[in-house]
Amino acid sequence: MDVFLFNCSWPLLSVLVFLPLAGACLLPLMKGNRAAKIWVLIITLANAALSLKLYTGFDLSTAKYQFVETARWIPSLNICYTLGIDGISLLLVIMTTLLMPLCVLCSWNAIEKRVKEFLACILVMETSMLGVFLSLDFVLFYIFWEAMLIPMFLLIGVWGGPRKIYASVKFFLYTLAGSVLLPVAIIALYLHSAPHTFSIPALMGLPLAASLQKWLFLAFFIGFAIKVPMFPFHTWLPAAHVEAPTAGSVLLASVLLKMGTYGFLRFCLPITPLGVEAFAPVVIGLSIVGIIYGGLTALAQTDMKRLVAYSSVAHMGFVTLGIFVLNANGIEGAMLQMINHGITTGALFLCVGMIYERTHSRELSNATGIGKVMPVYVTALAVFSLSSLAFPGTNSFVGEFLVLAGAFAFSGKIAALAIPGVVLGAAYMLRMIQRIIWGGVSNPDTSALRDLNAREIITLAPLLALVLWIGLAPTVCMNTFHASVAHLLQQFHAGLNL
Amino acid sequence: MILTLFSPELVVILGSLAVFGVSLGQGRDRLAATVTTVTALLALALSVVSLAWQGELFQHALRIDLYSQLFKVFILAGLAGVAIFGNRLTDTRSDVRPEYFLFLLLGTLGMMILASSIELITLFIALELASYALYLLIPLRQERPGLRVQMESAAKYVMFGIVATGIMLFGMSYIFGMTGSTYFRDIAPILMQRWSDPAAIVGILLVLSGLFFKLAAFPMHLWAPDVYQGASNETTAFIAGAPKAAVMAVIIRFLLCCNPSDHALSAVLTVVSIGSMCFGNLAALVQKDIKRMLAYSSIAHAGYVLLGLVTLRDTGYAASIFYILGFVIMSLAAFLVICLVSRNGENVLIEDLSGLHSRSPLAALILGASMFALAGIPPFAGFMGKFFLMAEALRGGLVMLVIVAAVNTAIGIYYYLTVVRVMYFSEAGDRPAVGLGPVNSALGLVLLAIVVLLGIMPSFLLDLALTAVRNTAL
Repeated sequence: MDVFLFNCSWPLLSVLVFLPLAGACLLPLMKGNRAAKIWVLIITLANAALSLKLYTGFDLSTAKYQFVETARWIPSLNICYTLGIDGISLLLVIMTTLLMPLCVLCSWNAIEKRVKEFLACILVMETSMLGVFLSLDFVLFYIFWEAMLIPMFLLIGVWGGPRKIYASVKFFLYTLAGSVLLPVAIIALYLHSAPHTFSIPALMGLPLAASLQKWLFLAFFIGFAIKVPMFPFHTWLPAAHVEAPTAGSVLLASVLLKMGTYGFLRFCLPITPLGVEAFAPVVIGLSIVGIIYGGLTALAQTDMKRLVAYSSVAHMGFVTLGIFVLNANGIEGAMLQMINHGITTGALFLCVGMIYERTHSRELSNATGIGKVMPVYVTALAVFSLSSLAFPGTNSFVGEFLVLAGAFAFSGKIAALAIPGVVLGAAYMLRMIQRIIWGGVSNPDTSALRDLNAREIITLAPLLALVLWIGLAPTVCMNTFHASVAHLLQQFHAGLNL
Repeated sequence: MILTLFSPELVVILGSLAVFGVSLGQGRDRLAATVTTVTALLALALSVVSLAWQGELFQHALRIDLYSQLFKVFILAGLAGVAIFGNRLTDTRSDVRPEYFLFLLLGTLGMMILASSIELITLFIALELASYALYLLIPLRQERPGLRVQMESAAKYVMFGIVATGIMLFGMSYIFGMTGSTYFRDIAPILMQRWSDPAAIVGILLVLSGLFFKLAAFPMHLWAPDVYQGASNETTAFIAGAPKAAVMAVIIRFLLCCNPSDHALSAVLTVVSIGSMCFGNLAALVQKDIKRMLAYSSIAHAGYVLLGLVTLRDTGYAASIFYILGFVIMSLAAFLVICLVSRNGENVLIEDLSGLHSRSPLAALILGASMFALAGIPPFAGFMGKFFLMAEALRGGLVMLVIVAAVNTAIGIYYYLTVVRVMYFSEAGDRPAVGLGPVNSALGLVLLAIVVLLGIMPSFLLDLALTAVRNTAL
């Protein structure tokens, strides 16, 4: 097909997806937990290094799918094994692979029981997350999308906090219930294509009836909105985030939430443009409610993890807002913000995890005034918090600015409604770092706390560098998706006129 | 020639004769178990070889083709599995254990002939052979003090079974009355011609009702929970899988005689399907005994399988075959663990599985995977099966039915998840470790591998099923 570019002589994407799974299969052979940890670190680092090859080999000038691999899989239904990457998925894939070694590092001492099983779950997660971003066949996509629930369910339920069982079951049921209609929508699309196909690129731009597009959009929307999560569907998120182990929280916040917004960009816009047009006002309304609600709720939290979790609801509200204002600025801002949120919120969860390892409490009041004893830690925390509130010079500023610019171009009133969210962001983040660094007049005794060790600094350093790098030189990132976003909008507008 | 075509059945017949001989002596239950296992494995191997065979036997009463042999492979796999992991028969009195194996083999023989029969009388006799053997297996369970639950189950199974048989015979009489023949090859064209006659559809529906009893589909499902619970674990393991596959073979044979554009028939099947899915899933939510839970879940699975039958097309039938065959393997894997967790053959409550991950990691893995597979989570067989069924039903324009099925998947996940939760998240307490032993571990891993393989490489079996249906329809 002409939308495919076969610019790699060996199956790079398949290796990326299945290397972690192979690594997980070999885990039982490792002698001792330490060897297992080192093995998994090597696997994830190797995968991260491989994913950089995607960046160097990527053709920035085209919106075609690159590094494509395709093979017939279930011929009787014309299901193919097709992997490919374009500007929309490139950065998400690289971000995922880069975060994985950090997840291993941050769990180095934190996970004490059933270490091998934990590492296996992490590796299986990596396989399924990469599979979601790289699949260009709907059935393949759905398999990875659903298969991910099993390791995540175990991560929360086995290694989580006190209410882990409630949180893990809620997470599983909620996200599964959201996506049960997805296969129905996928099959309906299949039956409306000629010749029948599950290939995602081939299903884009089909001339479908408006009513069908609306139903399909709704089926997609429920699945994706729960994953994002958008405002009325967000209740699983605080529970899951708070109870999950640090690595689980990072994966949830940085990667899993992006799958919802990735779904909107990859499927809803090009496949059901009329549905998007019809429901965009509703989605924009929910996004703004999410921004304000998330901000206000975060302001009231005393549990640091909970605070960051609710801030995610607000930040993801900006992303969906950017997508559904349907202009280039908005979508580019949303895409950048997806990456930024992955970096910043992932880092904040790592920071909270580090405090938790020391004080065994996530209560803000138990960790006040630690600026004196942990100067390195609070410096990093301050940078990530500033990034989270979109301070100029950090990565989120660029993304949020673009989203708001897109929103203003769409409607001044809508954008004005989202502005208080920015202020709220500053309020809850500054409140948190004020407490943690200086505290009040009667701080708990924190003199026994030790500052970050080398492993922890290595864990945070790459994220710190990315925050500043993307903040100061965003064009490097943005160049990767210019062509794809332009193509996406072109597809969308062409779809409206069919 | 005839003997070759009939060889899988012949092996089972010889095996049951041997077990009968063994059962005449005293205290030879280990020998009987060994003979049964060897017979099952030999017949299984032969049936795999026989996939390529073709021919008709005994005045055209039996037909050996891909369709019948495919079902036989899975029926025999069910027998072999139970014979291997269930051969201790801990909950059966030792003096009747050889007889237990005899009935197990005879029941299997009935099912194998059932899958091949293309003549109503033969079909009926095969069905009765299979049924009566199963009726007898249930009361062989040991009596608990003050509790004769196995007798109650057996009585229910026999009573319901006989009524269902009566209904089916009545339906067959209609079909014979209309067509004047007991051969499917004569029945099919005449029935198709005279489809506008209400007697045709009444006859078919009566026959199907009788068969739905075996499949445990709504509203003929009432026996399933009590029988699953009251029968010994090994018996339930067998009843849960192989007979459903066998009866599926017959149902599709009857449907192939029907007019595929008939709305009344598909409407009835739709109602049965929706009823089975909703009732089975909702009732399973509150169960504490895992066998009872799986009984309700099997009712729900009968509903899913009907999704493919409602379409009245060969591709839909192929999807149903794929699903039911996958279901045989999935439930076999689940029952393998249940049988081994139960020390003295007592029933297993879901909470008895607490901390199974530390008592036996492999058992927890196998049961966990089969639960996710039954729930329809990828990358396991159950997901692919459901996906094919949904695709075929949507192709047939049954949007509402597919949406009901999708919603039911979400309901069903809750109780499967409960099992996984208890195994992995709860502490073992003072519950003893579970030893699988090398043979059962290997068997469990093989079943697990098949469940995963059918999930990621489903093409092979799906195409085989489609070819089988197309060839047998001619």
